[in-house]
Amino acid sequence: MPDLGKYADAVLSAYGVSSLLLLLLVVFTLRKGRAARAALEAVEKRKNPSG
Amino acid sequence: MKALLIRDLTLAFRAGGGFGLGLAFFLIVTVLVPFGVGPHSALLSQIAPGILWLGALLACLLSLDRLLALDWEDGTLDLLATSPLPLEAALSVKALAHWLTTGLPLVLAAPVLGILLALPAPGFFWLVVSLALGTPALSVIGTFGAALTVGVKRGGLLMSLLVLPLYVPTLIFGAEAARRGATGMDPATPLLMLAGITAGTIAIMPFASAAALRVNLR
Amino acid sequence: MSLWEYANPVRFLALSSRVLPVFWGLAALCLVSGLIWGFFFTPNADKFESTVKIIYLHVPSAMMAINVWVMMLVASLIWLVRRHHVSALAAKAAAPVGVVMTLIALFTGAIWGQPMWGTWWAWDPRLTSFLILFLFYLGYIALWEAIEDPDTAADLTSVLCLVGSVFAVLSRYAVNFWNQGLHQGASLSLDKEENVADVYYFPLLVCIAGFVFLFLALVLYRTGTEIRLRRTRALQAREVRA
Repeated sequence: MPDLGKYADAVLSAYGVSSLLLLLLVVFTLRKGRAARAALEAVEKRKNPSG
Repeated sequence: MKALLIRDLTLAFRAGGGFGLGLAFFLIVTVLVPFGVGPHSALLSQIAPGILWLGALLACLLSLDRLLALDWEDGTLDLLATSPLPLEAALSVKALAHWLTTGLPLVLAAPVLGILLALPAPGFFWLVVSLALGTPALSVIGTFGAALTVGVKRGGLLMSLLVLPLYVPTLIFGAEAARRGATGMDPATPLLMLAGITAGTIAIMPFASAAALRVNLR
Repeated sequence: MSLWEYANPVRFLALSSRVLPVFWGLAALCLVSGLIWGFFFTPNADKFESTVKIIYLHVPSAMMAINVWVMMLVASLIWLVRRHHVSALAAKAAAPVGVVMTLIALFTGAIWGQPMWGTWWAWDPRLTSFLILFLFYLGYIALWEAIEDPDTAADLTSVLCLVGSVFAVLSRYAVNFWNQGLHQGASLSLDKEENVADVYYFPLLVCIAGFVFLFLALVLYRTGTEIRLRRTRALQAREVRA
């Protein structure tokens, strides 16, 4: 751990907030993507049950 | 075109047409401000140009959803779209009617409300000039917002969200000119910028509005 | 073989499923290595002490906040001119990414501003124009959400994006005129003299690459999601009619 001096709070919270936001964005993106994929598969299966 | 203008104006002046509502709103906002920030005339005279500009802008915004919505509901817009008059011209006329019934009264009322807010004496002239130059841009940009959201039910809030960011340059230059006028500085630069924005929006925005309206009428 | 072949949704999905793992991998690699390099292995600056490390988040996110809007502008133009659905959906998919980038830039800026300028927020031209950009993103997304017919929504948001771009630039100059800035000059430019020192420059470049790859991966993935959602809706509509 590097010595952050008296501004440790500022630096760490900046990294914290940014990674949280990026993580949330990625998680929501992936979750919505999965749901869309599943919904499409369900509909296509209904369309031609054999395939 | 003249017929359309006269029709819009008479509709606005008739009972329920909404003429005067914008003015009343402007008055109420101005009256409420001292309640919010306190009655000290030193503070009031300092913020008066900005408050008056903001009040005029909001009054303009509030009257926008009547601009196209009623004509959309009763099918007048479809008629206009199929008439030989280009949609761009029709929308320019509608924006002009909106300015005549909303913007112009606001410009004329602003000095009276300036007294209420202890606007410094040199500020009155420049306030009126800046509002007179700026409010046409508000009407034209507002027409674009109205054309975008005309198909959306209860689109008033959405339209505010879309239109207000577009008002930023006009507000900045207009309020800056009024402020400089009130404090005795030279307001020429922001006034010229404001005039440029107004001229530019009047020239270009009707095309964007007509494009948006055509999509909505499809 | 031309670029326009990928306007076909099926081809687009095939291509994106091939390149997506690469982009995700590159994004993770660059972000992790760049941020670790910057956070652990760069010295503190004289004046800023350790807060200089915030630059590795602030500068890339601010760049991307603007670049995402430019990408949306290009995609909107392509949709308006050539009417490729993938293009419109890509613009839609990019907007939330732009919002997050703008938020990160604003947050890290505020956190940095508190110790350095003594205030979380100042009505500085750069800060103000970012706030305005944020409002433009919100309006754009709200318009997409409000309109049901996807083609109408694509058309209207594209027009809004074009008009918004003009007004965003206007606002930028207006706020410049309106208030003098506290903000530092550009940290990256072709003019070497203005740049930050090399110790910070190279990890910063890696972080920027990381943000760019992350954006590409997110947009490709989200566009795929939108295409699938749209196809599902079309198939469901056909089922109802049958």
